[in-house]
Amino acid sequence: MDFAIETADLVRTFKIKRGEFLTAVDRVNLQVKPGEVFGLLGPNGAGKTTVIKILVTLLYPTSGRAFVAGHDVVREAEAVRPLINMVSGGETSGYGILNVRENIWMFSQFYGMPGKLAKERIDRYLKRFEMTGDAATKVNRLSTGMRQKMNIIRGFVTDPQILFLDEPTLGLDVHIAREVRQYIREWIAEKKDHTILLTTHYMAEAEELCDRIAIIDNGKLVACDTPAALRATMGEGGAFTLTLSPAPTDTTLVDQIPDVRNAYLAKSDGRTTGELRFTLNSDARLPEIFAAATQAGFAVRGFSKREHDLEDLFVKIVGRRLHEDE
Amino acid sequence: MKMSSLLLWLRAIKARAYVRVIGGNRELSWVITEVGLPVISLSAYIFIYRSLGAPRIYEGLVVLGGAMIPFWVGVLWSMATQFYWEKEMGNLDLFMASPMPPTALLLGMAIGGMFMSLMRTLFVIVVGVLIFHVQLSIHQPGLLTLVFLLTMTSLFSLGMAASSAYFMVGRVGMRLNQILMEPIYLLSGLYFPVTHLGRILVAFAALIPLTLGLDGVRQLVLVGGASLGFLSPRTEALALAAMTTVFTFGAVRLMRLLEQQGKQRGTMSLRWQ
Repeated sequence: MDFAIETADLVRTFKIKRGEFLTAVDRVNLQVKPGEVFGLLGPNGAGKTTVIKILVTLLYPTSGRAFVAGHDVVREAEAVRPLINMVSGGETSGYGILNVRENIWMFSQFYGMPGKLAKERIDRYLKRFEMTGDAATKVNRLSTGMRQKMNIIRGFVTDPQILFLDEPTLGLDVHIAREVRQYIREWIAEKKDHTILLTTHYMAEAEELCDRIAIIDNGKLVACDTPAALRATMGEGGAFTLTLSPAPTDTTLVDQIPDVRNAYLAKSDGRTTGELRFTLNSDARLPEIFAAATQAGFAVRGFSKREHDLEDLFVKIVGRRLHEDE
Repeated sequence: MKMSSLLLWLRAIKARAYVRVIGGNRELSWVITEVGLPVISLSAYIFIYRSLGAPRIYEGLVVLGGAMIPFWVGVLWSMATQFYWEKEMGNLDLFMASPMPPTALLLGMAIGGMFMSLMRTLFVIVVGVLIFHVQLSIHQPGLLTLVFLLTMTSLFSLGMAASSAYFMVGRVGMRLNQILMEPIYLLSGLYFPVTHLGRILVAFAALIPLTLGLDGVRQLVLVGGASLGFLSPRTEALALAAMTTVFTFGAVRLMRLLEQQGKQRGTMSLRWQ
């Protein structure tokens, strides 16, 4: 088996209305090696979950092919299923009338795990996720975060060869999200030949966890490489923040300067100061920007620069920010 | 079937049934809602029969009819609408992506449901017998057991088939359930001998497993029950066995159809992108 996951010209369309179709996945080609944590990064509605649904045998592709552990997900779905598991963010699966231990046990039985082995693993995972004290708590009494930790345990407990994590930290508080990420790193370090396909729209999460990242937008794969290589395509410059007084009302100040890209207004107190953010491929234009600000009657109250990150790359490729509302 | 496949199948059935066998009886409020309320309902009919001076056997008919309510409620609300709820909860995805055979899922639901309904039925019978002093006389225990088991299997195999069929119609299933409550109680003769419906209607009602099962049990349990029966219990057992076979076969076919359609149309999940 060369690849843990492979797709070839994968397409999936959905019928919306009579004669109207939505292409959720558009000729996606992926090759994920065994042992990799592979990230699928994109905004809501990009097609990430559709790709996962096809790979976990819940959805037929409209055209193209997909293989998991060397098995065709359409023709050999029964060979794929024992090898995989999946966890989605915001999941409300399981039964509220069962307790945490019973719920995890129930799902482990759907994979045919012997009772003793299931008990041992459940105990180990409950301890690892500091949920031993909640083992007998009914699921309908758990907080969102605790419920998601239970779901994460459900995904890992069957020791899948390939694990699909669909936005696993969605809606979790910082502490629990960090705990989940930490465990993902531990698991993949321990299980050298196991593979994780992770979808997320959190850039930092993708950078922290993934060996390689594919950026997907409107169903199309627009970039795929290691986080470092993807960042390197942005050049030497960086992302800049200029704090100006009074607060600027638009980005005209920098729009006319060559090489400035992706300018937008960030924080503003509404009257005295406001932040103008933009990217530059080199620092050479900075004096020109400072001069323009002074000439336009702004006082520069602050200035910072950070190296390019995946958010910048996303903006460069797609033409808009990943989280437009932020 | 390979040994590992058989073990997977059995473990999956046990796990899915566990939800109902253990979880379903965990909150004791069911004693009030699923035993207390049917007992109140059947009490009304008993008092009507008493006020009219009807023979005592009619009180027995009513208690046994009331005792069968949990089975029909179980078929409609715990089986037929189950896949719809599983999808809403996000379970259906996980079930279908697991190696568990779909038949294990159906059987687990059915076995758990039968156990849950049986508990409630026995409670209603005990309460009915104690309060109204109904006289039961079991003279053919073997045949009674057979008829009762076949009633359960035919009802829950109907429920298995309905679960996939309902899933395809979505929320309409909830309305359908409401429509199928009282009319089925009437057609099954829950509170009176079904033969009073007249030949044509009773022939139609005999297509419902509840009708034949209840009629057979009444004949085998109540003193003088045979005189009010529709068909002989043996004939009814045969018909129930046939229904179990047809419904089970239909359930497996419909489940496969549901899976195929779900994969083609993307109807098994809530989230798609």
